[in-house]
Amino acid sequence: MSTPEPHEFGTPGSPGSTSQTTGAAAFREVQDSAEFAELRSRFRRFAFPLGAAFLIWYFAYVLLSTYAVDFMTTRVIGNITIGVILGLLQFVTTFGITWLYIRHANKNLDPIAAKVRDDLEGRI
Amino acid sequence: MVAPLLQIAPLLQSPLEVKLGNPWANIAIFAVFVVVTLTIVIRVSQGGRKKASDFYTGGAQFDGRQNGLAIAGDYLSAASFLGIVGAIALSGYDGLLYSIGFLVAWLVALLLVAEPLRNTGKYTMADVLSFRMRQRPVRMAAATSTLAVSFFYLLAQMAGAGALVSLLLGVKSSLMQDLVIVIVGALMIAYVLIGGMKGTTWVQMIKAILLVLGAGIMTLWVLAKVGFNLSSLFGNANTAAQEAKAGTDLMRPMGKYGSNKLGFISLSIALVLGTAGLPHVLMRFYTVPTAKEARRSVSWAIGLIGAFYLFTFVLGYGAAWLVGAPTINTLPGKANAAAPALAYWLPGQGIGGTIFLAVIAGVAFATILAVVAGLAITASASFAHDIYNAVMKDGKADPAQEVKIARMTVIVIGILAIVGGIAAKSQNIAFLVSLAFAVAASANLPSILYSLYWKRFNTQGSVWSIYGGLISAIGLIIFSPAVSGAPTAMFPNANFDWFPLDNPALVSVPVGFLLGWLGTVLSKETPDLDKAAEMEVRSMTGAGAEGAIAH
Repeated sequence: MSTPEPHEFGTPGSPGSTSQTTGAAAFREVQDSAEFAELRSRFRRFAFPLGAAFLIWYFAYVLLSTYAVDFMTTRVIGNITIGVILGLLQFVTTFGITWLYIRHANKNLDPIAAKVRDDLEGRI
Repeated sequence: MVAPLLQIAPLLQSPLEVKLGNPWANIAIFAVFVVVTLTIVIRVSQGGRKKASDFYTGGAQFDGRQNGLAIAGDYLSAASFLGIVGAIALSGYDGLLYSIGFLVAWLVALLLVAEPLRNTGKYTMADVLSFRMRQRPVRMAAATSTLAVSFFYLLAQMAGAGALVSLLLGVKSSLMQDLVIVIVGALMIAYVLIGGMKGTTWVQMIKAILLVLGAGIMTLWVLAKVGFNLSSLFGNANTAAQEAKAGTDLMRPMGKYGSNKLGFISLSIALVLGTAGLPHVLMRFYTVPTAKEARRSVSWAIGLIGAFYLFTFVLGYGAAWLVGAPTINTLPGKANAAAPALAYWLPGQGIGGTIFLAVIAGVAFATILAVVAGLAITASASFAHDIYNAVMKDGKADPAQEVKIARMTVIVIGILAIVGGIAAKSQNIAFLVSLAFAVAASANLPSILYSLYWKRFNTQGSVWSIYGGLISAIGLIIFSPAVSGAPTAMFPNANFDWFPLDNPALVSVPVGFLLGWLGTVLSKETPDLDKAAEMEVRSMTGAGAEGAIAH
């Protein structure tokens, strides 16, 4: 394990500065930085609630199909039932969540991640 | 009636059984596929299969779109195509539940697993799980569950190959089925040894295009017959089903699973949480250079896989309407024959039907080949990289030697798959696949999520979680109605089926999560904070990941 280098130019917690720490210390420094905290929270605040939401929606659909059989067999338009509509909506939400996440990651995550990565370049 | 148009095979079959199309046409198309793919595999892999990164990940040179196609090719197995269409054709709505579980599962991979995995690991699932843990115990556990999942999945595909041949070639002879399993195994070894991950990826890409295209054409054809009116399709399918058996409603849920509702919920858990823990799926994320490409891969895969499962829905009701349950039940392979039978019926049987069926049959064979090749490469990488190098050689093995071991492992796995496939050929394919998903969801996913998102998680937690999930999943399966007690069981005459569900995930997934937590809090291990920092920063940003590839 490398000992932390003294960093004259940067202060811990600001990898945006030209910090000279290397190796493990550099990772520790980045992990503690405000920038990385922002990246992590932007990711988690988006991915975790959305993950919970789609799992709840999926299991609600499974449970309705299992225990609310008559309700799911209700014909709405011609022979199309509530079960089929909810089932097709599962496809729609899956595509929708994929699109939302990609947009979020491209716009809000990638720029910070790239900055942190560039900053670490040559130090690890 | 359709009966006079069917060819009644005079030999090898009981008089009631019918044969679809022309076996020689099916064999010819299959042979063309094998020759074309082998040629491509040889061409793309020239010069580059000696280095570990070439063999395991194709040098991480694929882009997101290519990898997305390959993921779809790896994931859409014969069980998806034949099994789901058949389930919908015979029991209606319940088949849709399968399709949705298989698709929604990709959101777990997209949101939580694909990108951090790409950023942290190099070749195998164990790279990520052992990153900040003690290497040997965690790698050993991860490799054990990787090998278990891959082996069950491989058995399912091999058994599927045997079943498919009896269906498409109209052969009931056990010897012919064995021969086909041997051929599939030998081709699998050839693809992987000649092409490594690069060749395998190309086979999967070609197969994905053929399968989605083939299913898409059939779907449009069915829809055109009802003027693109989904309601009429359901109506026609239901009328046909009610003619065969009064009171049937193909739109009503639980036609298939009604007698075992908890078992069905358990299956749903395995499907939605298993995908992101399947080692051969995880390994595909290493074939792209960056996390952004891994993300693109998953979005392409979700698009293709979603489209395909929407097609299966139309195809299933189409088969119920155009072929009809009574006819499907007289075909060899029964429910599994619904999709090929639909291909034969759509152009009005005769010559057109024979040709279209042969094409679809060729695609179904291709499906099996692409999936088994992906499984073989994953299992061999895990053995050589995790067990041979990290556990036996303490991580100091010569990379060239490691690849040599991986290549030898492919041959061993091929032989095991052939022997196992022959032994398992009468087993229920869907059961073997759901077993693989249940083990992946119980043994792999908990420790993947904990290692990526829980700082305190440590070696003991990881080991308990993996072995606990693995043992509880396999143990409960052994005591389930899938193995004994039921008429469809592996041992119908024995009775040790005290666990009532035929899928263990409802119990074994919580066991995996619980043991991961318990093992962690009961351990006195001091966490390696440096490694933890490195892992978290790498997983979120990709810093240092390129270095790992160029290694």
